[in-house]
Amino acid sequence: MPKKGTKSKKEKVDDVPNEQENKLPDYLELQRTRVVCNADAPIHTQGFQYSGAFAAMGIDNSVSVDKFCKNFKIEINRLTEDYMEFDMIGIDASIANAFRRILISEVPTMAIEKVFMADNNSVIADEVLSHRLGLIPLDADPRLFEYISENDVPNERNTIVYKLHVSCPKNSQRITVKSSELEWLPEGSQLSMSAPAQSGDKQKTFTSFSQSQKEILEKPLGVKYKDITIARLGPGQAIELEAHAVKGTGNVHAKWSPVATAWYRMLPEVVILKEVEGPQAEELVNKCRVNVFDIEDLANGGKRAVVARPRACTLCRECVMGPNEKQVELRRVRDHFIFTIESTGSMPPEVLFTEAVKILEEKCARVISELS
Amino acid sequence: MTVPTKDDSQSGTVADTVPLPTYRSLAAPVRKPVDKFALLPAFLKVRGLVKEHIDSFNYFVNKGIKKIVEANNRIEARNDPSIYLRYLGVHVGMPSVHVEYNIENITPHFCRLTDRTYSAPIKVHIEYTVGKQHEVRRKNNFIIGYMPIMLRSHACILYEKDEAELAKYGECPLDPGGYFVVKGTEKVILIQEQLAKNRIIVDTDSKGRVIASVTSSTHAIKSKTVIFMDKGKIYLQLNQFNKPIPIIVVMKAMGMESDQETVQMVGRDPRYGDLLFPSIQECASERIYTRQRALQYMDEKVTYPGATNQKEGRSYSILRDVFIAHVPVKNGNLRPKCIYTALMLRRMMDAIVNSDTFDDKDYVGNKRFELSGQLISLLFEDLFKTMNSQAVERMNKNSDKTHSSPLDFSQLIMQDSITFGLERAISTGNWDIKRFRMHRKGVSQVLSRLSYMASLGYMTRITPQFEKTRKTSGPRALQPSQWGMLCPCDTPEGEACGLTKNLALLSHVTTDQEEGPLIYLCYSLGVEDLLSLSSEEIHTPGSFLVMFNGLILGKHKDPQRLVIDLRNLRRSNVIGEFVSIFINEKQHCVHIASDGGRVCRPLIIADMGISRIDETHMEKLRHGTCGFDDFLRDGLIEYLDVNEENNALIALYEHMDQDDVERSSITHIEIEPLSILGVVSGLIPYPHHNQSPRNTYQCAMGKQAMGNIAYNQLFRADSLLYLLVYAQRPLLTTKTIELVGYDKLGAGQNATVAVMGYSGYDIEDAIVMNKSSLDRGFGRCIALKKYTVLKDNYGDGVSDMIVEPQRDNGVLIKQNMRALDEDGIAGPGQIIRNHDIYVNKRTPKNTSKGIGRALRESDYKDSPALYKGVDGETTVVDRVMLCSDTNDKLSIKCIIRHTRRPEVGDKFSSRHGQKGVCGTIVQQEDFPFSERGICPDLIMNPHGFPSRMTIGKMIELLGGKAGVSCGRFHYGSAFGEPSGNADKVADISSTLIKHGFSYNGKDFLYSGILGQPLEAYIFMGPIYYQKLKHMVLDKMHARASGPRVLLTRQPTEGRSRDGGLRLGEMERDCLIAYGASMLIFERLLLSSDPYQVQVCRKCGLLGYYNHKLKTSYCSMCKNGENMAKMRLPYACKLLFQELHAMNVVPRLKLTEV
Ligand code: SF4
Repeated sequence: MPKKGTKSKKEKVDDVPNEQENKLPDYLELQRTRVVCNADAPIHTQGFQYSGAFAAMGIDNSVSVDKFCKNFKIEINRLTEDYMEFDMIGIDASIANAFRRILISEVPTMAIEKVFMADNNSVIADEVLSHRLGLIPLDADPRLFEYISENDVPNERNTIVYKLHVSCPKNSQRITVKSSELEWLPEGSQLSMSAPAQSGDKQKTFTSFSQSQKEILEKPLGVKYKDITIARLGPGQAIELEAHAVKGTGNVHAKWSPVATAWYRMLPEVVILKEVEGPQAEELVNKCRVNVFDIEDLANGGKRAVVARPRACTLCRECVMGPNEKQVELRRVRDHFIFTIESTGSMPPEVLFTEAVKILEEKCARVISELS
Repeated sequence: MTVPTKDDSQSGTVADTVPLPTYRSLAAPVRKPVDKFALLPAFLKVRGLVKEHIDSFNYFVNKGIKKIVEANNRIEARNDPSIYLRYLGVHVGMPSVHVEYNIENITPHFCRLTDRTYSAPIKVHIEYTVGKQHEVRRKNNFIIGYMPIMLRSHACILYEKDEAELAKYGECPLDPGGYFVVKGTEKVILIQEQLAKNRIIVDTDSKGRVIASVTSSTHAIKSKTVIFMDKGKIYLQLNQFNKPIPIIVVMKAMGMESDQETVQMVGRDPRYGDLLFPSIQECASERIYTRQRALQYMDEKVTYPGATNQKEGRSYSILRDVFIAHVPVKNGNLRPKCIYTALMLRRMMDAIVNSDTFDDKDYVGNKRFELSGQLISLLFEDLFKTMNSQAVERMNKNSDKTHSSPLDFSQLIMQDSITFGLERAISTGNWDIKRFRMHRKGVSQVLSRLSYMASLGYMTRITPQFEKTRKTSGPRALQPSQWGMLCPCDTPEGEACGLTKNLALLSHVTTDQEEGPLIYLCYSLGVEDLLSLSSEEIHTPGSFLVMFNGLILGKHKDPQRLVIDLRNLRRSNVIGEFVSIFINEKQHCVHIASDGGRVCRPLIIADMGISRIDETHMEKLRHGTCGFDDFLRDGLIEYLDVNEENNALIALYEHMDQDDVERSSITHIEIEPLSILGVVSGLIPYPHHNQSPRNTYQCAMGKQAMGNIAYNQLFRADSLLYLLVYAQRPLLTTKTIELVGYDKLGAGQNATVAVMGYSGYDIEDAIVMNKSSLDRGFGRCIALKKYTVLKDNYGDGVSDMIVEPQRDNGVLIKQNMRALDEDGIAGPGQIIRNHDIYVNKRTPKNTSKGIGRALRESDYKDSPALYKGVDGETTVVDRVMLCSDTNDKLSIKCIIRHTRRPEVGDKFSSRHGQKGVCGTIVQQEDFPFSERGICPDLIMNPHGFPSRMTIGKMIELLGGKAGVSCGRFHYGSAFGEPSGNADKVADISSTLIKHGFSYNGKDFLYSGILGQPLEAYIFMGPIYYQKLKHMVLDKMHARASGPRVLLTRQPTEGRSRDGGLRLGEMERDCLIAYGASMLIFERLLLSSDPYQVQVCRKCGLLGYYNHKLKTSYCSMCKNGENMAKMRLPYACKLLFQELHAMNVVPRLKLTEV
């Protein structure tokens, strides 16, 4: 009953000489490596974490670096500018999850944090407008910038300045302000700081750039998507503002999250427990809307259902539902993750992932150094 | 739980691909059972949501006011009747104000912003005499006062304006109107529920006696007549008599000297005779045989005999004018009253013989709803009469004093009395009408603009006539006769539960209709006038009495014929559509009603169970070639009131077999079953799957939900406004939502909800929220608060000053002036913090009068308006409005805006009465996620379901999920499954399966913390969540030591005064029970109002401490010996002193411990 994938793996396991005679019984092996998705609830979701779980049988359940190195594999299935799907095989859920968590909340990006409102008489309130600006993904590589802290002076290394100046002339149609109207100011802020409270002796701006950002950066900065609606302006309304983007991480605010979302799912495994033939096969094939099953013509003219595309299974559980005897079992492979990263655009997804790995590495190094 | 078979799923696909016909998809093919849903929008298009208010007001402005003026159209000087003023006509003009001899038209929005009353001049044409020669003059369009105008009524400038024009006036097209703007606030005159006037109600009183009562109401008088049976004998009770009068005496006094005739009039049934016998006997034992004697007997019982200046005697005039006052007496003929009394007796005895015939006071057919038009007309009549009598008074005084030429009346009429009288009544809600001894409070209320639903809810609300404290259950219970008229769900919880009701979606409240032609018509249809019949003939078997608005019109030999004829006349539009014709077999009566205040609703007429409306009609309706009124005119639809519904057999659907009903006996067909619910409960999806109280809770909560209020919300100047930043339209809608426009002004957001336990911060209905969702704008709201500063004028050119922020060398002298502009008022867009000044005002030190010279700088003192906000929150000045109010003072309105994101403790609710506070906010990465990468916005604990039984919420989740996956809004209208106005669960499930979800909506989720799959499938999908107005920020409060009350020196109370937190009786009890005496001492004394006193051990009175001599001294014993120091609560010391003042001496007896 175990499918191809596992069989090959078991061969590898068999190669290890000292485990040769002690193989886990099938049902335990199933529990160890698969999550079984029954119609009512999934079972064996936890797996066996303890290294000595099968010590009584003489089987070592510990994780060894060698084994990991041998079995770990990454296969990229799809890669576009801002989307990546890859398989991560031979890793524990906790590590895969760590990557996911880091991607969502710890990989830094640039996002608009401060907005200096010079004029806004549109219907949209200043705070809401600022909030909307903050959520716009910027096309700026955060690795080229530094974090800015409370008392730091905004300079060309930690702040990107954008300007938005749109107005809708009187007696004209309403206009929509899109994110493309955000204009990058490589020379820093143009607004002069003349707060009424202080005596404005010298004309200072809100940033102190020592050089133009054009000189530091290879390509001009902008926004990733040009068609995000920021506001709508009626005749006679105008928005004039300056927005300062800084570096931050997603755990502070979702606007700094480099991914729209990042997630994984375990590899589906659909197993036909008992031959399904004839009209029943037809029925089974029709039940699945994502065409997991196919019909195979038998030599004797009969028909048989086979699992053709288990990856497509969305776990709607239609095939295991119903009063009939269980024909199919739905499983998930515990150490095979189909990982998806949807980037918001500041960095391509594959870079994001390496960044995430680097952050995890850094964290581990920190733990080790703390321990030693 | 059934797995849809192949067939099912196919039918599901059909339902998915062919969109269900909505009133928008005009081209949708009509299915076999006629799809009559289009009638609903057609009805609402014609009548609007608040049609009853507007109709009623229109009736008053167009007809009622004319009648009142006509009835009082001549005033004349008392000593010289030839000096007179005559009203020739009256009409209400366009809303306007007088500004410096100019008349300017005004818009409602202008009035809202400038605190004015939206009112129009009442113009009259008058004829009056001038000078000694009594020269007759005429004046047209003479203004006698200003009348507040109901928005969207005939007199309003918004009447029948389209969306673009409304936008020009600054008005929201979705706003239903039906309210007034008085002094800048929007006021609704609530619908008042009352017992029907002029109808006989047979009931039992508190002592268990059978009573028949009539509340008579005419233009001139209101009276209540009660006939009751006590110990077998029947009496009349009337306020004017101090003792009950035997009824036979009353009959005799009205000229029915023959007992036999009395019995005949009641009816020849021997049982009636038996019941009447004791009364007749009693009368005989009093030796009253003649009318003379009877009147004499009654004269003795009159409460206030008063001056009997009339020759006819007190009791006769009472009988004529007060006793069942609505029965008209022509030429002193009391016979109609005799017949009416006999009928009352007959009804009473019917009830005794057969207890089925008792009337039910709570029956909706016995109720009348008084609307704004009627209420204003009462008030106007009173004010108009007062104005006239005042004018006469002045004229008399004038002609008494001066013997010069008498003034003309037109100069003596003061317009203020009507203007102010109306304005005062509507703005305070106190209706005081001396003539009817009417003193009602809370008739009008401020229209709540908390949400769109709240304001709609106000317009349909009906307030009860009873005081709310009564613990009776009868009036609170749901009446079967409420079906389709009043909403069964929408009622508040608590004391007004069941008493305050709301109109259903399609119900309509009638206005008065002309009686004369109807009466004439009845006579020509064969109604015999009773005056031409003998007493014996009144109750001939087979003939029915015909009652018209509570009056006996006559009798008819073939009542069925009469009823059919009248109904046909109504259907062919000869008589008004709201006339009700009801045949009561039990009472042998035909009731015809045309009076105002009855609730009725439209129904499709069916002949022998076959609907008169077929597809061709609906086709025309959908194409707009005919409207609802055409249907009415063509006799396809008619209005039935609650009484007439008793004669009808109404089927829900034409095409469906009714189990125990003969199809041919069906007379009407419902338009849509969802119309039994009201506007507010109409936004609950699948309400028929919920436990009933949950729907009631949602009705209360829907009114507290934040969202969009109106299209003009950002230009309004409400004192407090909550808005949701990103309000959405519900994914699972209902037809009612589309009809009332909730889809355009939503009050909530579609949140992806996972039903699971998480973190333990979700017990007791708390919800766990996703921080990233909040970052992205979920539940974000704006609170706009208005702060008004008045620049006062004190006369003589002395007034307040608004000055620019004072500077020293260009630096502001005070930090809290940073929000101010150069004009001394906070600038729009400025960030304003706690204790900042928003208007830099200075007032003169001496405001009483001018000091004869120009005021100098030093004559003013600072009195800046300080903004009181929450520390650490940034708020922004949204707008500043300057306007002059009605007293020509400058009023400065600063609107300060605060954008808030949800925080722990904010209250949220779904649309199923499931409220909960935010228990904790969790990072997105810790949240579970599905195989598609979907992360819920909030997590709700499953324990919320079993005890609440809100199945509707589960179906909403399923439907919402199917909706997002297939891209079609799903519907969940009440009882809508058979007619296709609600999606069936089976169809929803097959849609879910088609898109790769489990049919039951449960997903396979991974834990965001562990990374492993969760050990159960999680019920997850979108549910429309409302953010309620209760927010922690407005409520949180704590203090250490702080302000104290001056008198008792105890800490102040309440958050607004930075008060202390009370350790109440129950808390105290706990501490006592526990024995924590030191803690009690500390809490109740030390932390409250400790005070040191000197007590004289000898006399036990309080002494004092002499600081000069440094000794204590007892002023009673005149020495300083025996003094002891002790601590008391200051309140205790205060009590002793107060007792002293009352000449009571409290003495303290001290012992050593
Ligand atoms: S669970 Fe659903 S998607 Fe997966 S194989 Fe079964 S039917 Fe197909």
